[in-house]
Amino acid sequence: MNKILRVNMSNLTVKLETVPAQWSGLGGRGLTSTIVAAEVPPRCHPLGPNNKLVFAPGLLTGTPAAQSGRLSAGAKSPLTGTIKESNAGGTAAQQLARMGIKALIIEGMPAEDKWHRLHVTMDGVSIEPADDLVGMQNFAVIDRMNKTFSPKIGVLTIGVPGELRMCAANISVKDPDQKIRSHGRGGLGAVMGSKKIKCITIDDTGAGKVPIADPDKFRTAAKIFAKSLLDHPVSGEGLPTYGTNILINILNEAGGLPTKNFRYGQCAHHDKISGETMHDTIVARGGKTKHGCHAGCIIQCSQVYTDNAGVYITSGFEYETIWGLGANAMIEDLDDIAKCDGLMDDIGIDSIEGAVLLATAMEAGVIPWGDGKECQRVLRDEIGKGTPLGRILGNGTSFVGRAYGLVRVPVVKDQGIPAYDPRSVKGIGITYATSTMGADHTAGYTIATNILKVGGFIDPLKKEGQVELSRNLQIATAAIDSTGMCVFIAFPALDIPESFTSLIDLINATYGLNLTADDVTALGMKILKLEHEFNNSAGFSPADDRLPEFFSYEPVPPHNAVWDFTDEEIDEFWNF
Amino acid sequence: MKVTIKLFAGFRENRFRVEERDLPPGFTVADLLRELGINEPELGVALINARHVLPGQELHDGEVISLFPKVGGG
Repeated sequence: MNKILRVNMSNLTVKLETVPAQWSGLGGRGLTSTIVAAEVPPRCHPLGPNNKLVFAPGLLTGTPAAQSGRLSAGAKSPLTGTIKESNAGGTAAQQLARMGIKALIIEGMPAEDKWHRLHVTMDGVSIEPADDLVGMQNFAVIDRMNKTFSPKIGVLTIGVPGELRMCAANISVKDPDQKIRSHGRGGLGAVMGSKKIKCITIDDTGAGKVPIADPDKFRTAAKIFAKSLLDHPVSGEGLPTYGTNILINILNEAGGLPTKNFRYGQCAHHDKISGETMHDTIVARGGKTKHGCHAGCIIQCSQVYTDNAGVYITSGFEYETIWGLGANAMIEDLDDIAKCDGLMDDIGIDSIEGAVLLATAMEAGVIPWGDGKECQRVLRDEIGKGTPLGRILGNGTSFVGRAYGLVRVPVVKDQGIPAYDPRSVKGIGITYATSTMGADHTAGYTIATNILKVGGFIDPLKKEGQVELSRNLQIATAAIDSTGMCVFIAFPALDIPESFTSLIDLINATYGLNLTADDVTALGMKILKLEHEFNNSAGFSPADDRLPEFFSYEPVPPHNAVWDFTDEEIDEFWNF
Repeated sequence: MKVTIKLFAGFRENRFRVEERDLPPGFTVADLLRELGINEPELGVALINARHVLPGQELHDGEVISLFPKVGGG
């Protein structure tokens, strides 16, 4: 990958640049965060002309290595005000990598109120008019682009909430089945909307293969790596069978499943929304229990969920979405939850922020608790159409809380807290508090060690060891997010030594390098510190690395645990 | 003593979802796994009354034990 494409939306010009030496060893999150930190003024308005939207495939994306097809998107987030990286599967990452495109940087914003579409080919980028696409939701945009070009076209698109610059808006990525994966968190769809770009199409005709410096070494490492994924019980059996939603029951049994907007740690109707029930339902209806988000995925944690008649409702139906609507918003019907998930794909909002803000709207009395049909209406007809209520909700959990004068508002740095209660799973609370991204479970997934006993065990209800656990995982994740690898490779990497060494061998074989495990750790540390420095320059301080106050005085049953870390204990996180 | 046993994911196959059993005093998690025909290395997580326990843990009257194979998500 030797090209940087820079699109200036202020004067509608495109530049092809070579890769500067200091960016050559970077990919994915490492590259998007480095570019944002270098080129975006930290105090700029995220929806103004000085923010930049950066897309970058990972270091291994486009190679035959399993699980390597993730695309990173980065910018200053309009939701959190922090730096943001959000990665997704789909087809775009591998197309861009094979086209030799290391990064696509979109800067400036047009003076005229006209919409555009970017078309990326081996010849560069053309900026096309797209006023005819305005008002369309994502599936309609994908249909139109498939008809305009061919079903092989890669598509990145925003729905109406993105056009209206709502902070819950995501960027949708077409997957190999013409469905949608998402750069979900942090409102990056609003950044794309602020630059008046409705969609980006990618035609990879003429693209070659990603060059590999040492093909023999690569093949050997790729085999060991793939075997470790299949050998580990989580990535080889649990995830393909039950999807991520297997977690409903285990979090419920452990007392860490946030229920009715974080009032309780267990949910009475957990069985109706569990991964086991979902698996049986999909099998009975003839859907697919296994499905990959990108070509080359062998974990296949996704699925295709259909209705009783076998008609598609949604895919990529994740635990966090099902938790947020099912336990936290008390919706008992899995079909209603699936329809909400499909609607969030279509209108283009983050399905975690979307689920958490709907429960907050229930807290406010705007939607009755557990009313899945009303949630569908609100998504489709309020947020999806940008009504005044829709704009209040579509700006995210924190905004809804302020609009209705609520106290129990589960956010850190204004980003909705996902599916694990920080009082009864304390390690993840440290991750929520300290992540450079706002509340983000994937940033340092302590659930592995606190709940699942992967990579050892640290008691979720005790404070000891949690800061170190979260720090080590956040460092490792920052590095993994730079490779283009799916984060679920961490399960075998934590337990099987040759899994991690083969990953490093894959990078070394691709680039002709001699990196060691220490180099990978150093890369993760460097990325985290760079992101933290951006946030500090944007006005953040240790006082922002805190959970909402209610967690300290509302004990959560069944353990009646509270959030009891001192400020000094949390701040120790950054001591590395 | 009466203990409620809850099984999850693949452990349910050819067994049950939830069952109450009368067990002798001193019965451990490892004893229960043997009785259920589950090899100990297959065990991912055992929880008694929502707390993680090791296979050597003794069960007591009225407790709820939840058994999971090695699973994960995120």
